[in-house]
Amino acid sequence: MKMLSTLPTPRSTLSRFSIPSTITTFTSHSQTLPQASLTTSPPHSQILSTRHSLLSRNLSAVDLVRSHLTRLRLTEPHLRSFLHLPDDQTLLTQAHDLDRRIANGEEVGPLAGVLVAVKDNICTSDMPSTGGSRILENYRPPFDATAVKRVKELGGIVVGKTNLDEFGMGSTTEASAFQVTANPWDVSRVPGGSSGGSAAAVSARQCVVSLGSDTGGSVRQPASFCGVVGLKPTYGRVSRFGLMAYASSLDAIGCFGSSVADTGILLHAIAGHDRFDATSSKQEVPNFLSHFDSTSSLESKPLKGLRVGLIRETIEDGVDAGVVSTIRAAASHFEELGCSVNEVSLPSFSLGLPAYYILALSESSSNLSRYDGIRYGNQVYADELDSLYGDSRAKGLGSEVKMRILMGTYALSAGYYDAYYKRAQQVRTIIRNSFKEALDQYDILISPAAPSAAYKIGEKKNDPLAMYAGDIMTVNVNLAGLPALVLPCGFIENGTAGLPVGLQMIGAAFDEERPQSFINTCKMGELLRVGHIFEQTLENGRFVPPIVADSVE
Amino acid sequence: MSYTILKTFQFHPLLLHPTSILKRRNRFLYSTTTKATQTKVPTSTQSKKLDKIPKDYEAVIGIETHVQLSTFTKAFCNCPYNYGSFPNSSICPVCMGLPGALPVLNSKVIEFAVKLGLALNCNLAFDSKFDRKQYFYPDLPKGYQISQFDVPIAASGFLDVDIPLEFGGGHKRFGITRVHIEEDAGKLMHTENGNFSQVDLNRAGVPLLEIVSEPDMRNGIEASEYAAELQRLVRYLGVGNGNMQEGSLRCDVNVSVRPIGQEKFGTKVEVKNLNSFASMSRAIDFEISRQVQLHSQGQEDQIVQETRLWEEGSQRTITMRKKEGLADYRYFPEPDLPSVILSQEYVDAIQNCLPELPEEKRRRYEKMGLGMQDVLFLANDKNIAEFFDATLAKGADAKLVANWIMSDIAAFMKNEKLTINDIKLTPEELSELIGSIKGGIISGKIGKEILFELLAKGGSVKEIIEKKDLVQIADPVEIEKMVDKVIAENPKQVEQYRGGKTKLQGFFAGQVMKVSKGKANPGLLNKILLEKLNSKS
Repeated sequence: MKMLSTLPTPRSTLSRFSIPSTITTFTSHSQTLPQASLTTSPPHSQILSTRHSLLSRNLSAVDLVRSHLTRLRLTEPHLRSFLHLPDDQTLLTQAHDLDRRIANGEEVGPLAGVLVAVKDNICTSDMPSTGGSRILENYRPPFDATAVKRVKELGGIVVGKTNLDEFGMGSTTEASAFQVTANPWDVSRVPGGSSGGSAAAVSARQCVVSLGSDTGGSVRQPASFCGVVGLKPTYGRVSRFGLMAYASSLDAIGCFGSSVADTGILLHAIAGHDRFDATSSKQEVPNFLSHFDSTSSLESKPLKGLRVGLIRETIEDGVDAGVVSTIRAAASHFEELGCSVNEVSLPSFSLGLPAYYILALSESSSNLSRYDGIRYGNQVYADELDSLYGDSRAKGLGSEVKMRILMGTYALSAGYYDAYYKRAQQVRTIIRNSFKEALDQYDILISPAAPSAAYKIGEKKNDPLAMYAGDIMTVNVNLAGLPALVLPCGFIENGTAGLPVGLQMIGAAFDEERPQSFINTCKMGELLRVGHIFEQTLENGRFVPPIVADSVE
Repeated sequence: MSYTILKTFQFHPLLLHPTSILKRRNRFLYSTTTKATQTKVPTSTQSKKLDKIPKDYEAVIGIETHVQLSTFTKAFCNCPYNYGSFPNSSICPVCMGLPGALPVLNSKVIEFAVKLGLALNCNLAFDSKFDRKQYFYPDLPKGYQISQFDVPIAASGFLDVDIPLEFGGGHKRFGITRVHIEEDAGKLMHTENGNFSQVDLNRAGVPLLEIVSEPDMRNGIEASEYAAELQRLVRYLGVGNGNMQEGSLRCDVNVSVRPIGQEKFGTKVEVKNLNSFASMSRAIDFEISRQVQLHSQGQEDQIVQETRLWEEGSQRTITMRKKEGLADYRYFPEPDLPSVILSQEYVDAIQNCLPELPEEKRRRYEKMGLGMQDVLFLANDKNIAEFFDATLAKGADAKLVANWIMSDIAAFMKNEKLTINDIKLTPEELSELIGSIKGGIISGKIGKEILFELLAKGGSVKEIIEKKDLVQIADPVEIEKMVDKVIAENPKQVEQYRGGKTKLQGFFAGQVMKVSKGKANPGLLNKILLEKLNSKS
């Protein structure tokens, strides 16, 4: 491909995946695992159990907030997940209010007392929203993002704004202009990114659930690195209003939780059409909460008949061997649950990475033009307009952001547009079609969420191409606009605790054309149902990092 | 001399402005002023050159027009827009380009664009989209303008124009290249001492239609008539107020000159800052003569692609910026907005609701037998045309109505500085008045008196006639009595008349009319009077 040849080869990654000509299926590589025992306690829904405790008055919201603040004090100095924390009193006041309403027998929302962390590129009217950038240091939006508004309306308590790679541009959270966040499983490692703060906060139980954003894997990869559940909904399922745009056609607000149920409950709260986002879907949000009922009712083969496709290109050379074996074990678990598992080839898979970077960077070069120092944010004084622009942006934006703006500007320039942007759009169509074809044959597709487990802080800082290559597992899903769920499915050996490995489950998008179709309205619910059953039946399915293991029952 | 020229220029705007009053008796006056405008451009050398244009050189003119749409809210947010409101009083996160804000299309914008597209005889794009045009400027909050690039909502149309008689008359058809939707930018307000500038974003995000013409115009008059017709269309359709002073209608013209017979276009120059049709016409004529002069002196290489500014004070164009290659706006499809899909039903519904357009109106008036002067006067102003049509609908004769409107009503409006919507006279009463005169109920003279009362105070013709007892006296016996009275009271004049001084007939008629308080039927009066005066001789 000419487009590929004009780019410097990002080491082996782009050529790593061969391009077979057709989609072929293989019988599953069936590795026998010991029969999963259901004796280890699976993760339960913190949201549901907390709600039960609150409503039955076994627990007060004030106590809940107090214990949260205690844990935060212990963990935050090591992790640095948050860019902004409200003062204790603000949270306690909200808790008091909730306790009073429960005492009065008033109706409380489904997220009442749920402690929610919010990625700092999602606008909150009562807290700063910087997007992890100096240029928006101390910026306070005059409005709540629609997702935040819905969380608040349903009773959720926002406990702070989480760290991220500046404007979502990065895969480690090291590109934050303010601080580096550590991985709760090993503080010498990155939490992933760009939603590293939100993932680490859930992992270390600094909150119950959190909001992140996913443009090319920014929810799923950190979920994998931090051993939590991460959900990237179908494009358009959640309003982007209030999310600082990185690449508008790929951006999605996503959810983190320590169980599929919690993640699904948060999604249910924020999903739905929003008249402030023209790209948000008018599809009704189906009620999929009933899927999270207790597991005791599960049959021996609860997923009988489900067709699972393991994307072959994601378990080939270049992917960490430990990751591959964990994913194969997960595939076996699916078989034990009654699924048929086959390998499926997506020939266009390796095209996703360069196409993604061209489109995302092109759009970002445009989306970040508004940070010019004129109306808000940090302005550098200058005698001339051009210097005002230049100096404000030079000082306010970080080097990763500048590099991406430059590359995106280049790709959109006259004479290059056809070779880059237009070409990448064509690739996007090919990818979308190939996923559609595969999802006609399979109910879900599975893959690792990242080619490796969490790596060391600083390890890829000076090798952006290596970091970009790490997005290979996730970017295609954004290009195709599909929903995907990442949940921890095992460990890679690393010292005492091991590092979690995330399994990515990709579902079909809802069909805009046929809103009444039963199959389509249940796509997202189906993904969550499968994830929930997988999680509840997985041996050693509890993923609590050592840093908080003592305090989590 | 310079004073006269100045006066001419000041008068000129009235000629082209559709709401201006053209009175018949002015016709001679302003055809001469027109001649003055065309020839007496500031320096005398230029006026000579101008005379040479038709012979050796041909000007090629294309126009880009921005029409602000009068939707209640802006194109992509819920902010209202009112010209002249306090700076930054009508803004929100969306039109300020705050982080996280997203545009949502106002569907009225599409409706208005389709209306104008159809009215301009364009092909509509049933599947169009928005694109981002990117550049940095403080009045552009997002760093890009939402516009339409490669798929404009309408393209390949034309606009028919009737050139006024005083400019040579004739019917012209000018091609329309494209019509696309975009958002307006804010305004920069520069301080006096130049230390800093301020930004007013009230206008940011206001919907615009950009209409690009084919390079079909050949002189200033054609260009300004094209623009005036566009303004008329916008007003007829109700999609904008078309007010040039407020910037609701903005024209940038591209002017080039080539020797007659040469196929290749000359280097084009863009002229901006044209705040009226008159300045547009003059700016173009100035620019043509400037370029022709350079050509004729063998200095055509000094005509460079640039943007020039029309200076109203000195009546000339000056260089604003020279273009160093084409700006790269890095257009790409706007990912925040879905594509715009039109259904045939939607377009048909709009087509069926289109009002009668100026061109159709002019042709209809022409078929009624009205002269072009009348046709243009009536059709140029939508409100006058509506008044005219409403009067016709009540059964009045077209030519008579046109006469009344163009003479006394127009004069009244001009003197009182009123528009046709401000006057108290209704089309019903004008029709009644004309009918009353035609039916002999009142005399033409009384009719005029009633007209002025109706114009100023309103009321009904019947009421006024009744109240003031103005019904025409058409009874020969009654008139005969009055004639007898006048003859009896003026024996001296009767003698003189009968002695051959027949001119005195007018005197007698006047006296009788006076006795009748103006109500006597003039025909009957004269007939009886003559009989009486002559019979006893």
